Amino acid sequence: MASPLISVTNLHKTYGSGPNAFEALKGLDLDIAEGESIAIVGKSGSGKSTLMHLLALLDRPTSGAITLDGTDTSRLSAKQLNETRNSAFGFVFQQFFLNAQASVLDNVTLPLKIAGVSRRERTARGMAALAQLELDDKAGNKANDLSGGQKQRVVIARALINQPRVIFADEPTGNLDTATGAVVEDILFDLNRRQGINLVVVTHDEDLASRCDRSIYIRDGLIAAHEGVAA
Amino acid sequence: MKAVDIVGTAFRNAFRSRLRTSLTVLAIFIGAFTLSLTNGLGTGINQYIDDTVASVGVDDVMTVTKASETAPTDGGPAEYDPNQIAADGPPGSTVSALNDDDIDTIAGIDGVLSVLPTKSVMTDYVQYDDGTRYQLSMAQFVPGMKVELAAGEQVDLDADEAQLVLPESYLEPLGLGTADDAVGQTVTLAVTDATGTRTTTDAIVVGVAEPGLITMGGAIPNDALTETLYDLQAAGAPESKPTQYAQASVWFDADAGEEETQALQDRLEAAGYTGSTLEDQLGTITSVIDAIVLVLNGFAVIALIAAGIGIVNTLFMAVQERTREVGLMKAMGLSSARVFSLFSIEAVVIGLAGSALGVLAAIGVGELVGSVSGSLLANLPGLTLIAFDPVSVAVVVLSVMAIAFLAGTLPALRAARQDPISSLRYE
Ligand SMILES: Nc1ncnc2c1ncn2[C@@H]1O[C@H](COP(=O)(O)OP(=O)(O)OP(=O)(O)O)[C@@H](O)[C@H]1O
Ligand SMILES: [Mg+2]
Repeated sequence: MASPLISVTNLHKTYGSGPNAFEALKGLDLDIAEGESIAIVGKSGSGKSTLMHLLALLDRPTSGAITLDGTDTSRLSAKQLNETRNSAFGFVFQQFFLNAQASVLDNVTLPLKIAGVSRRERTARGMAALAQLELDDKAGNKANDLSGGQKQRVVIARALINQPRVIFADEPTGNLDTATGAVVEDILFDLNRRQGINLVVVTHDEDLASRCDRSIYIRDGLIAAHEGVAA
Repeated sequence: MKAVDIVGTAFRNAFRSRLRTSLTVLAIFIGAFTLSLTNGLGTGINQYIDDTVASVGVDDVMTVTKASETAPTDGGPAEYDPNQIAADGPPGSTVSALNDDDIDTIAGIDGVLSVLPTKSVMTDYVQYDDGTRYQLSMAQFVPGMKVELAAGEQVDLDADEAQLVLPESYLEPLGLGTADDAVGQTVTLAVTDATGTRTTTDAIVVGVAEPGLITMGGAIPNDALTETLYDLQAAGAPESKPTQYAQASVWFDADAGEEETQALQDRLEAAGYTGSTLEDQLGTITSVIDAIVLVLNGFAVIALIAAGIGIVNTLFMAVQERTREVGLMKAMGLSSARVFSLFSIEAVVIGLAGSALGVLAAIGVGELVGSVSGSLLANLPGLTLIAFDPVSVAVVVLSVMAIAFLAGTLPALRAARQDPISSLRYE
């Protein structure tokens, strides 16, 4: 087996300090292979979001190592971390985090703007991403004027505009009804299959979890079980 | 993120909450408007004084008086000096008189090209063609000064005949007709001599002066006229009493530069005299105006500081509102430094909007006041009450932007320090 894209060893995360300290992750090991889709499942408060934030380099672990592509991420500078998140990761959250007043196109191209891509190229790539999600006719609309399902599709377009290697999704369908949720799931797995983008999905939804290559169950800050280990 | 994108985004963000931004801009507007107006007032008046100095054209002449040695430095009363005479200045002020020895001493000072004692003359009245008599004083600035003329020409200093330039306001009362008619006419001047006898002499009107700062002092005589009047006035005075002059005019080399002029003034001072150029004399007015403008500017700056606190408030609200947006952008790799510049540029944009509008409004009001005051201050033609020079306008706009930037730093720092995860968790 090729070396994993992300490799986690003995991961600890403690929030707060002293008597208020709370150990959210208690020594977790995990390997994610290139092109894999993974579901992180578990009860509320078990530490799923905490794990995802650490994997996505949004937060630093209290102890333990996270290796990305063979690089120890604790060695990366703030600038390198920013660049990695900007170029290699895409984010989909339960809440949409769209700028309500800005146009759909501006929302989708935000990561490119942050990366310093010229306006012309931003527009071209933004329109292509919107077309992929069948939203190109809404490019000029205000983000506020879209339906919930459309908004989540805009968020996915934003997550894949920089052609990321991993899309992190925290409860991507939590805010949507079953039918729209299914559409969004289809889009995500389609991206995974066709473009080989890794998926790391935090979810309560058993159906969504079962569509992933692998599910890990988190209980009290530890991995309680692996399911559907990749063939 | 590219610089253009940062500025563009900051610009758009500034006007996302229109009402709130407009109110802050209004506060800055008021401060910048006041500051520009008070500055403009100072510029306008000082420019007028400068123009006057320039048009007089006697930058190589210095007025020299005897320094009053008895004047105490603590502002208390000065001891009586039997030599002091009324000075040509505010009523009641005196200076020690100069005598012929003093004139010789001054002439010997290095850098003095020539010296001429100013003979102060007092006329009783002026009359034309046996008409009504009017009081007339002789302007005693410096020989050779030029004034704005409505007609005719400046007095000829070397001429043997008695000449004078008459202020325009005398034409009608004296019955001289238009300015052109008046030129070449002869008027009669009366003086009282030392024995109390009144005598008269004639002088030719060679020019008519426009109203202005200088001609508020009266008519301008040539040397021949001054001599005549002085002799008439001195007739019958006891021989023993030495001739005394309130002041003397000293010619120097103005091209030698300011430092040389200053050195000459220092040498005069060392010899016990005070020398002041016309620029110095009018400079006193300028510095009073500068002081007043400074105080007014102080009030405007206080208004601007209050407006700056408004910016702090506005931006704190904006940072609060956009907590999640900032968190998301940081998650997507936007650096803290860029987040800081986004918010501080937003503050600068607000400052720019307020100050630009304020300055424009002040210029508009200046124009308006200019056209109204033109008729109110007809005695001072050429006076633009509120004038704007590009440098001070730029200084106002730039310093307001600097204040805005400073005001923006606190909220911008808060935004820059935000942790992306807690921002994303923020409800
Ligand atoms: N900043 C923090 N300070 C203190 N405790 C925290 C902080 N963030 C998370 N926790 C705690 O860590 C634990 C794990 O939180 P986490 O958000 O990872 O849970 P989760 O599994 O994602 O839950 P949910 O399914 O409800 O989203 C929780 O008990 C939570 O209270
Ligand atoms: Mg969670």
